[in-house]
Amino acid sequence: MATVTFDHLYKRYGEDVIAVNDLNLEIGDGEFICLVGPSGCGKTTALRCVAGLEEISDGRLLIGDRVVNNVAPKDRDIAMVFQSYALYPHMSVFDNLAFGLKLRKTKKEDIDRRVKEAAEILGLERFLDRKPKALSGGQRQRVALGRAIVREPSVFLMDEPLSNLDAKLRVQTRAEIARLHQRLGTTTIYVTHDQVEAMTMGDRIAVMRDGILQQVGTPQELYDHPVNVFVAGFIGSPSMNFATTKSEGKDLMFGGHKLELAGEQARAADSRPDGASVLIGFRPEHIEIANGQQTSAVRIPATVDVVEYLGNDELIHAQAEGNEIVALLPSDKKVAVGDRVDFAVPMEKLHIFDPDSEKALAG
Amino acid sequence: MSTATAARESAPDVAKSRGPKFLQGWNMAALIFIGPAVLLLAVFMIYPAIRTVVLSFDNGLDNYVQLLTADPRFLSLRWPPGGSIFNNILWLLFYTGGCIVIGLIVAVMATRVRYERIIKAIVFLPMAIAATALGVIWRFVYSPDPDTGLINAILGVVGVDPISWLGNATFVNTALIIAGIWGSAGFAVVILSAALKGISSEILEAARVDGATEGQIFRRIIVPMLSLPISVIAVTLTINVVKLFDLVYIMTKGGPGNASNVIAVQMYQQFSARNFDYSATVAVVMLIILIPVMIFNIRRFRSERVVA
Ligand SMILES: Nc1ncnc2c1ncn2[C@@H]1O[C@H](COP(=O)(O)OP(=O)(O)O)[C@@H](O)[C@H]1O
Ligand SMILES: [Mg+2]
Repeated sequence: MATVTFDHLYKRYGEDVIAVNDLNLEIGDGEFICLVGPSGCGKTTALRCVAGLEEISDGRLLIGDRVVNNVAPKDRDIAMVFQSYALYPHMSVFDNLAFGLKLRKTKKEDIDRRVKEAAEILGLERFLDRKPKALSGGQRQRVALGRAIVREPSVFLMDEPLSNLDAKLRVQTRAEIARLHQRLGTTTIYVTHDQVEAMTMGDRIAVMRDGILQQVGTPQELYDHPVNVFVAGFIGSPSMNFATTKSEGKDLMFGGHKLELAGEQARAADSRPDGASVLIGFRPEHIEIANGQQTSAVRIPATVDVVEYLGNDELIHAQAEGNEIVALLPSDKKVAVGDRVDFAVPMEKLHIFDPDSEKALAG
Repeated sequence: MSTATAARESAPDVAKSRGPKFLQGWNMAALIFIGPAVLLLAVFMIYPAIRTVVLSFDNGLDNYVQLLTADPRFLSLRWPPGGSIFNNILWLLFYTGGCIVIGLIVAVMATRVRYERIIKAIVFLPMAIAATALGVIWRFVYSPDPDTGLINAILGVVGVDPISWLGNATFVNTALIIAGIWGSAGFAVVILSAALKGISSEILEAARVDGATEGQIFRRIIVPMLSLPISVIAVTLTINVVKLFDLVYIMTKGGPGNASNVIAVQMYQQFSARNFDYSATVAVVMLIILIPVMIFNIRRFRSERVVA
């Protein structure tokens, strides 16, 4: 077990690519942290820096309290699951699992026992004699996991381990990895571009964009209090609605319609000069149909465009003052295309952003 | 690829299923295209091959008994071992092995330096030189006269007297094999570096994270993953060795004495001496040596087809 610490870590490629830009992140012992962000944001690079597969350009990387910038991968006590699985094609499943142990001159009985154990945990006992090419995608994925767990390392590194699986298997394996983590309690850094994976699996989530860490926090912190427009839009599905308004005292003008604010939101609006643009954001699942009973909520009049029936819920696409708004409403609300509706957003669910810095002012 | 294979393999089945008559199902167009080639093969290869076998039995089994038991130029059973068979075995071990080892090392090293293409071009260059020209070049290199002989010139600088590399029974085979490796290592390099590109870097990284040193990665991951191209090279070079003629003939004619003789050169010598039946016997033995290699090769092609 160990902590992992990124201390002002930079990774540059050549003159102008900064794949990881001043990353500061402390990962606790036994923590499962998800590194999430769109493709190309530097997640893999950050992970490879921990593995020792990329040279660190600047800053320090610590595993436990040891600076490992110049320590070879094999001496870092880490195991990595690659996106392509990277199984050794000429070795049986058993040998794939045993390879790392053999290199460490582990006793043969110990190798046998640990491989058997790992195989049992992952349901691979029947396949130990097979070569990787005789396995299905899901089985290969489990061999890759098995190869990491037999080593009993102090840190697991996983780079999009589920991205090559079909949707159903992905959900299953997601749960399997979570269970594995509960059982082993090993510090895990899990890279994914899929915010649903990050939300469901991570003790904490670190959101990256263009090499820069945006926000770190528990799934709920990120969902409830995104620090900027990017995190707000990235976390949550379907993603948050945004609309531009103008500040007017403690309130906001949404086209010709006034949004009356209170509390934190009102203070945020007040902090902007009158007439300045203010970006508001609210999640589809927080929208209700106004019925006059919501006490502290903003009302947003809209015209329904499209209704997508999802069973229990409906996804309503509506136009409001030239903005497309998506709302997730229970199906029994019986909203029809062409209806004029009044959406209500609870005050504490309304996010307010500075449109220039994109930073959150409230919410 | 797979469709073409399927079509090729199902063709005979179709022919069979079209009833008992011999020519039914034969495609006239196919016959017209293949016919001339088959005819030429029959006249210029199959007939001479049969004639060679017949010729070799001119004196019953005598030629074979003579060649295999009483011809020290072919196979010397006394110590130290010698004869062309023995020399061919030396070539097989050191030339084939040398090309593969150098091929592996250069291919792997070349991926780690900036001048990969230049290095590969240099190693591959000798492949473009005809074996006869190669022989002439290396005769100069090995020349006992330090004014023309590169090696003796270098030795002269450190004060060693000129050595007649090709005129000395101790050195001659080594000298020839080195020239042969120089001429063929590029082939191994090119095939192996192409195959090396097919190994995903993530596999090598996985091994590195698993705790393997660069040497262990080379021995336990790279070499086994290249086993197919290595066997292709081994088979190709083995066939080269059994047929080896031009380089040895140009450089030493099998000499000094019989020290560097090989099977094909001996066959030619017997033929020149108008011992046609004995020469044919050598040829047949050569063919027999090649049969296992060919079987191995055909098997491998078949298994590859199944995989593909
Ligand atoms: N070896 C490399 N050379 C140059 N640029 C690279 C290299 N590897 C990654 N990059 C760049 O670094 C950025 C981050 O890449 P990566 O970490 O793979 O992103 P992610 O895993 O988040 O999709 C990308 O812009 C990518 O083009
Ligand atoms: Mg990536």
